[in-house]
Amino acid sequence: MRYLKGTAIIFGITMAGDFLSRLLSLPVPAGVYGLFLLLFLLCAGWVREADVAEVGDFFLEIMPLLFIPAGVGLIESLEQMRQVLIPFAAINGCSTLFVMAVTGLVAQAIIRRRGADGPVEESSDREERR
Amino acid sequence: MSAFAGSSLYFGMLLSVGAYLFGMWLRKKTGLSLCNPLLVAIVAVILFLSVFRIEYGAYSRGADYLSYLLTPATVCLAIPLYRQLELLRRQAAAVAAAILTGVAGSAASIYVMSLLFKLEHVYYVTLLPKSITTAIGMGVSEEAGGIVTLTVVSIIVTGIFGNVTADWLFFICRIEEPVAKGLALGTAAHAIGTSRALELGEAEGAMSSLAIAVAGLVTVAVVPLVSGLI
Repeated sequence: MRYLKGTAIIFGITMAGDFLSRLLSLPVPAGVYGLFLLLFLLCAGWVREADVAEVGDFFLEIMPLLFIPAGVGLIESLEQMRQVLIPFAAINGCSTLFVMAVTGLVAQAIIRRRGADGPVEESSDREERR
Repeated sequence: MSAFAGSSLYFGMLLSVGAYLFGMWLRKKTGLSLCNPLLVAIVAVILFLSVFRIEYGAYSRGADYLSYLLTPATVCLAIPLYRQLELLRRQAAAVAAAILTGVAGSAASIYVMSLLFKLEHVYYVTLLPKSITTAIGMGVSEEAGGIVTLTVVSIIVTGIFGNVTADWLFFICRIEEPVAKGLALGTAAHAIGTSRALELGEAEGAMSSLAIAVAGLVTVAVVPLVSGLI
């Protein structure tokens, strides 16, 4: 029963996200609408975490698997890439490493600075909500 | 063999799952982070198809059903995010600053390197959305006048590259905070990076999920501002 319920909720929200992405002509995909919709429903208490946890964890576990067809499909577009292959490969590689490094370092610097402010920070969680 | 295997709709799915399990086994056996299961699986499927002379179409006919599951899987990213909501509240400043820096850094690095390679405008704008999730990136590329298929290729290459190099980069840069790792993976390598973040831990996965959405939306706003630079 819990699998049925979770599946129904997740596919229902996916479909709602699909409708939203077609209704509002913003460049936002169905999955992102669905993500925020599910988050909202969980926070509002209209969907219980226990109801979607099992099916959700299944989807999250198999997620890397879902990118294999797209990756294999790359060989099909190799021909198209030929004349810009080197700059594209270089830019994709360097820029990805650069973005990952700056994002991680900025986040870590802020977290550690706040952490160093002492235990007061930790206990004042509630007042901190902005 | 090829005609026989390709005639079943389940062939593409089974080959993908089998290749991924092989990738996981290989990483466990060798302990090398280069043996990333996703990368191994993609290479293994390509090799398998070419060795047994199976057409790509025969594979994708079944394997495409896996791609359909991406949308509900993306929806499910809300679950780790919900579980880590308290962490998100506590680290809101770090989250916002890191993602904004990441998006700006992405645009700046693509701009500088496009200048270095003397790329034309059309290729520059094709690359700009490369770090965000495919469905948003396609729209951004189209809007800016880029070549959408090349944008999709760049997005996938970026994701796989980020997924594979993350452990190594975190080690070199001494990035140890789970929140920082998650934000970095999601901002640089969207959903494919997030699938790695989820393997690292729940906090990493939650932050990475959030970063996909936020970095994607911020990029939508940033690209029109910088697309005229080249």
